Amino acid sequence: MINWHTCFFLLFATITCAFAVAVVVSANVVRMAVCLIASLAAVSGLYFLAAADFVAAMQLMIYVGGTLVLLVFGVMLTARGPFVSMKITPANWLMAGLAGGALLILLLCAATSVDAWKTAAVAASAPAAEGGHTVAPIGMALLGIRVDALEQANPALRGGIAGYLLPFEIVSVHLLVVLVGAAHLARARRRRRPAEAVPDASRSA
Amino acid sequence: MIAEYLTTRFGLPEWLACGGVALVQCLILLGIMMFAAALFTWMERKVAGRIQDRLGPTRVGGRFGWLQSVADGVKLLAKEDLIPGEADGLLFRLAPYVSFCAAFCVYLALPFSNGWVAQHLNVGVFFIVAIAGLEVFGVILGGYSSASKWSLYGAMREAAQVVSYEVPLGLCVVIPVMVAGTLDLVAIGNMQRGWGVNWLVFHNPFLFITFFIYALCTLASTNRAPFDLAEAESELVAGFLTEYSGFRWSVFFMAEYGSMYAMSGLGAILFLGGWHGPIPLAEMLGLSYANHAVLGWLGDLLGAGNFLCKAFLGVAAMMWLRWTLPRLRIDQVMTTCLKYCVPLAAAMFVGTMLWTYALPGGLLPRSTPLGAVAEAPPWTAPRAARGERP
Amino acid sequence: MPLLNQPVSLSHYLLVGAILFACGIVCMATKRNAIGVLMGVELVLNGAAVNFVAFSAPFLRGDAELALGLDGHLMTLFVIVLAAAEAAVALAIALCYYNTHATIDVDQGDELRG
Repeated sequence: MINWHTCFFLLFATITCAFAVAVVVSANVVRMAVCLIASLAAVSGLYFLAAADFVAAMQLMIYVGGTLVLLVFGVMLTARGPFVSMKITPANWLMAGLAGGALLILLLCAATSVDAWKTAAVAASAPAAEGGHTVAPIGMALLGIRVDALEQANPALRGGIAGYLLPFEIVSVHLLVVLVGAAHLARARRRRRPAEAVPDASRSA
Repeated sequence: MIAEYLTTRFGLPEWLACGGVALVQCLILLGIMMFAAALFTWMERKVAGRIQDRLGPTRVGGRFGWLQSVADGVKLLAKEDLIPGEADGLLFRLAPYVSFCAAFCVYLALPFSNGWVAQHLNVGVFFIVAIAGLEVFGVILGGYSSASKWSLYGAMREAAQVVSYEVPLGLCVVIPVMVAGTLDLVAIGNMQRGWGVNWLVFHNPFLFITFFIYALCTLASTNRAPFDLAEAESELVAGFLTEYSGFRWSVFFMAEYGSMYAMSGLGAILFLGGWHGPIPLAEMLGLSYANHAVLGWLGDLLGAGNFLCKAFLGVAAMMWLRWTLPRLRIDQVMTTCLKYCVPLAAAMFVGTMLWTYALPGGLLPRSTPLGAVAEAPPWTAPRAARGERP
Repeated sequence: MPLLNQPVSLSHYLLVGAILFACGIVCMATKRNAIGVLMGVELVLNGAAVNFVAFSAPFLRGDAELALGLDGHLMTLFVIVLAAAEAAVALAIALCYYNTHATIDVDQGDELRG
């Protein structure tokens, strides 16, 4: 059952998980940022495979292209030496590893517990090869009109489908507030460091 | 499609056929990119020579000095590859390839003609803009890992500049998308079929101005003069490239030319009709799928040539600007972006919105191509039209 | 691993999401650099977003009629946008912290400890 969906899924999943682990074990914060970039870019590949093309493009654009550039910027503005690394004690590692491992085992058990989740309904490559046509339905849903509600076969589920106009408006106002707030927080207080806040404020735009 | 043919005709397993086809497509695109970089290094010298009245390559040999590109390549490959002792070796080695991969991935979604695209994406425009924005990571990493203050300054400037210019660039891209009503680059190109008045740049006066804002933002986001502050050699030695030499430097260089060409191509599709020329030559000659599959393919080939010429002219305009204008200061760069480009682009957005609301048909009459309208090849039709499950 | 022999289904995506989530938790717990902690938060958010997208794809699961459909995509979009906002504020706070403490180590910010 090796089709190209499986191939690419394994590729992207391996990149995602390997670089996520690398983020955890790396001590150098710039290398962490690089690993995070690789991991999140591979996540957008997973989104493409799951036929969520608009979400994947947004992940690349906002997350990888925006948020992570911002993070790297923060790293560069706050690094004291050329390559900062802060060590923690082995005891801390042990405790964090135990907690994280327990959580991971719990989540893995939960993920494999439902039988219906383990069987793909159709040959997975057929719809994913096309990529979903989700741009227009998502745009309509953000305006409060659910064109995909007509396709829902189950009438009980059809009733619960609502538009997203109000959340969309709330998010837009929230972004404006965040923009103003971040610019206010990061403004230069001391007269000796006047330049630091400027690039950050422009980024938030 | 070719993969399906291989699977059914030769009985190859699906993953092998798809992988092989993907590999061939990647190699073709890589070849285009390499050839473009070699051509542009030569052209840059020639254009600079003409504009600034100095000698371009004349002595190296070949007609018009075309061997200069080959000599450059040999010199770069043979040069000693230095890594500063203080540098973070891994990131220093990695950085050029990050830039190169980002520049290359843009070509995966860039259609060269009607349906001639490595991966046909419904969100092609956003994908290209997003990937083109990732190129900055290579520059930041290269600048940061060099452990040199010139490199770091260059990288910081680059980060601030590219990230700021992504805002007006995104706005400029959204305006033609709004008029076209789709994010699919193949569909956007095909809706400008016919005579040159069908181009989106002539759709309304706001889009006409938007085109020039887009060109400006493209210059800034690909780091070209007069916005090449990240490698301002008069102040920062060579900015983020200070510590790079030999092959790694040439990889950065290829990434720069690759992204210049890609952004020109995106502009050609969004504003200048893509593969549909000012004169509908393919329709005049009857090269359409309605007549014969081979004729349709020839029409697409003509379109691809048309598209490559437009993108090439865009790059030539970038070179012209580079050798004509002096470099801006960093505060002037940011002022241009935040005080002029962003408000102007936003105003053009509102203007285009009102224009399409008031005049849905457009002011100029949409001219139809001569004779029969060229049939789109079957794989560009939406899935519902092909009777598949939506 | 029996899952490796099966075609890719919802469970596979959930496994990736779980690993991302756990890595994020451990990253948040073990980093002393404030921006490192922020990276952990990003990993956690992405783990959740992967789950949303996976649950919304009907072709990945046996009970296709229960798929989230577009709602999952929209939730992921909101997660991405809010993560960008969160990163902007958190970085502003980190810059502020750096300006007052001259370090980015979160262990140094203990003036309020009783």
